[in-house]
Amino acid sequence: MDIVISNSSKNPIYMQISNQLKEHILKGSLSEGDALPSIRSLAKDLRISVITTKRAYEELDAAGFIDTVAGKGSFVAAQNKELIFEQRMRKIESKLSEVLKEAHMIGLTSKDLSEMIELIEED
Amino acid sequence: MDNIIEVKNLTKDYEGFKLDDLSFSLKKGYIMGFIGPNGAGKSTTIKLIMNLVKKDSGSIHLFGKDYQKHEKAVKERIGFIYDQNHFYDDLQMEKMKSVLSVYYPTWDDGLFYSYMKRFGLNPEKKIKELSRGMQTKFSLALALSHEPELIIMDEPTSGLDPIFRSEILDILSEVIEDGKRSVFFSSHITQDLERSADYVTFINDGKLVFSKEKHSALEDYAVIKGPNDLFDPMEKYEGLVGFRRDKYGFSALFKRNEAIRLFDGERTVMENPNIDDIMLYTVRGNSNA
Repeated sequence: MDIVISNSSKNPIYMQISNQLKEHILKGSLSEGDALPSIRSLAKDLRISVITTKRAYEELDAAGFIDTVAGKGSFVAAQNKELIFEQRMRKIESKLSEVLKEAHMIGLTSKDLSEMIELIEED
Repeated sequence: MDNIIEVKNLTKDYEGFKLDDLSFSLKKGYIMGFIGPNGAGKSTTIKLIMNLVKKDSGSIHLFGKDYQKHEKAVKERIGFIYDQNHFYDDLQMEKMKSVLSVYYPTWDDGLFYSYMKRFGLNPEKKIKELSRGMQTKFSLALALSHEPELIIMDEPTSGLDPIFRSEILDILSEVIEDGKRSVFFSSHITQDLERSADYVTFINDGKLVFSKEKHSALEDYAVIKGPNDLFDPMEKYEGLVGFRRDKYGFSALFKRNEAIRLFDGERTVMENPNIDDIMLYTVRGNSNA
């Protein structure tokens, strides 16, 4: 499992970890019931503080991605794939409507926009 | 008893310097960095904790015990690393180890040799033949070989190259992995703390500035940069820690919530500070270039 930490990222380290673990769960490289490394061993391996790691796990726990059992460790929780898909769709929708608003301000049509998307995709 | 170190209202008055009413504590299983500019009182504090200097008032408890009443028992559980060489120069490391190891009932010879091997140290070598970094490694090997529950280090990384420093930090992370041991170390190389420390205690001029989780220390503040017309150096802004100003603009360290309230970000940028920033702005206060 890859976790890459950037010191120059705008996101704090705990968020980088929780985001990457989320990705692993959503992509399926971590699946339901899988044990996550213990907080202390992950901290040691990533050479970061214990509290940073703890915070990443707390975040994931609160968001329902993992379950933490006292004394046993943390495990990937059952994910509601459809729900997650919906959430992501909504996120994209809201981003698109923002883009659309910007575009209308300078007189671009949605056709112009889809051409733009195609151009970007070709790159 | 979860606090491994508990310092309360510690005071020591020297001529021309006073360590004033210092309080902080360190929990089992964590690393605390101890920072402050030169002369802030870091070494004095460490010497007080080790009872090498007598306090004037206040209390120090180590492992929940009074550090003076139980000095011997407490010290057996501490691995202490000084910033200078305090060994006999003409002895081989092997001999030096034999001299010191008898003081520790929990001494583990096998562990000692495994650290020596890992650090690339030849026990036959005399202490005077060691470089600065090797001496620090030797101190570390000695300190770790009696399996201390608390490691106290005074500037362990100063004068060491980045490779040595990173190795030492790796070892510290390993040491606390089992959650049973703690590390307290002073450093003015704040990068060393940025990653591995769980808590940061910051003193300036003998007084505590803060002692808290590294995260909250960093998240409590923000650096604001912008053009000079948006910042009045005479104004007493709420939450302002310190600022610098030159003809191109200003940069200032604020308490984060005040920074958000005072600056809309239209012509200013907000940055996350690092520990150096916090130290610099706190110590230097306000300056006009």
